[in-house]
Amino acid sequence: MRNRPLFLKLLSAVIVFGAWEIAGRIPVSYAFPTFLESMSALATLTLEGTIFTAYAETLKPLVVGIIISAVLGIGIGLWTGLSAKFDWLFSPIFVVMQAAPLAALIPLLIMVYGIGLTSKVLVVCIMAMPVIVLNTSGAVRNTPDTLKEMGRAFLGTERDLLLKIVIPAASPIIFAGLRLGVSAGFIGAILSELKITPTGVGDIITYSRSIADYPSMYAAIFSIIVLAVLFLNLLERVERHLFKGNIRGYVSD
Amino acid sequence: MRDDEHDVEYAVSVRDVSKNYGDVEALKDLSLDFPRGQLTSILGPSGCGKTTLLKIIAGLLSPTSGEVEVNGKTVTGPGPDRAFVFQDFALLPWASVIRNVAFGLELRGVAKSERESIAQKYIKNVGLSGFENSFPHELSGGMRQRVGLARALSVDAQVLLMDEPFSAVDEQTRRKFQEDLLSLVQQESKTFIFVTHSIEEAVFVSDQIAILLPRPSRVSEIIKPTGIRNKGTDNIRRDPEYLDIVDRIWASLRSYVE
Repeated sequence: MRNRPLFLKLLSAVIVFGAWEIAGRIPVSYAFPTFLESMSALATLTLEGTIFTAYAETLKPLVVGIIISAVLGIGIGLWTGLSAKFDWLFSPIFVVMQAAPLAALIPLLIMVYGIGLTSKVLVVCIMAMPVIVLNTSGAVRNTPDTLKEMGRAFLGTERDLLLKIVIPAASPIIFAGLRLGVSAGFIGAILSELKITPTGVGDIITYSRSIADYPSMYAAIFSIIVLAVLFLNLLERVERHLFKGNIRGYVSD
Repeated sequence: MRDDEHDVEYAVSVRDVSKNYGDVEALKDLSLDFPRGQLTSILGPSGCGKTTLLKIIAGLLSPTSGEVEVNGKTVTGPGPDRAFVFQDFALLPWASVIRNVAFGLELRGVAKSERESIAQKYIKNVGLSGFENSFPHELSGGMRQRVGLARALSVDAQVLLMDEPFSAVDEQTRRKFQEDLLSLVQQESKTFIFVTHSIEEAVFVSDQIAILLPRPSRVSEIIKPTGIRNKGTDNIRRDPEYLDIVDRIWASLRSYVE
């Protein structure tokens, strides 16, 4: 039975890539390459090593931004979840951040922070952090009262309650927030490379488009999606390792 | 000297306890004593403040006025002399059975190997051997409450507070639990305080039944079904005295049930 999900996953991939191939062959647009063309372009980029130098560049704002968003986001989320005052103080900021049309704000970021790494990290953070903060604080606020009561009845200190009850109880939703935040962070990283300065994968996309090398452009987009999926899977593995009893099955296992 | 005697006789004393939630008086000047080594039920219709009273004894809620003494000491918060069994079990869903049972000891800073060997013993006592590494969602309702009971027993408190512990399990499991509870009261020299809304359950398991009437709650009557205690679990339910007491309690409660 272990093979069945794998089989279905492969089937799903075949359907999607098949549709892509067919759409490319019709073609729906001159600017839409087939799946096989894109894959061979990806192979060329990989063999030339272009893709690796590109990722060395793209991963910088992405990794830094995601680490900052995760640490700060979970921290602020716990804080706002536990204290109504900080909730009033911080939550509106993140709600606004989440709703803001980021692309329109990028010129402002460039004016303030220049075109360097700082601006790109900020774009990743603005994309990734709000959902992490809002999920964490919501989850913490919804810790079942009876579990907290149990902790107090069995003489737990405030610290015990936080570390052994509140955080583990909130962990499924915190991780859901992390997954959403990380996906948003990937979008942010590419967006920053398209809108601020074309470096890394954003450069491949922009350059390939400008010389009408559409297979390379789609190869770059495809690679970032693959990377995001791999990263999300890794995150799930971490969660599964940390909180065994929480696992009731996810869509993407 | 009389005071000393008093302390020995009663494990828990509730004195003139009132509890208000805003304008609502949940409890008013309630006094009640709980004899040591016995099981006292707190019985009453829903909304009569049974659980509020139990949580005040547990130290989870503080009374608006009045005080609770456990072994002669005034309660200011939860203490090692009391353990709580929750209506909805309150198990940690991410923790295995053994970690859940040992959780009370874990919070007290008992070393892992020691707390697990104690937990192991109580897991066996409640009949869950072999499920140590299962997770709560893999267990039935009845088994989950056995975990909750084992957790309360493993901290070895003198007073066991049980908040409608059997209300979330099915009828047959419930009967089995009631019988097990009777032998538990006999084996362990602990004081049991048992909140229930079931008249039959209260009469079946209790040495003393305190009937609470609502709005605001006060103890209306204390019944001691002493005559049926030693007749054996198989005979209690058809004993005339058991049936009489059930009827009598129902007669006094029926007017409060909507």
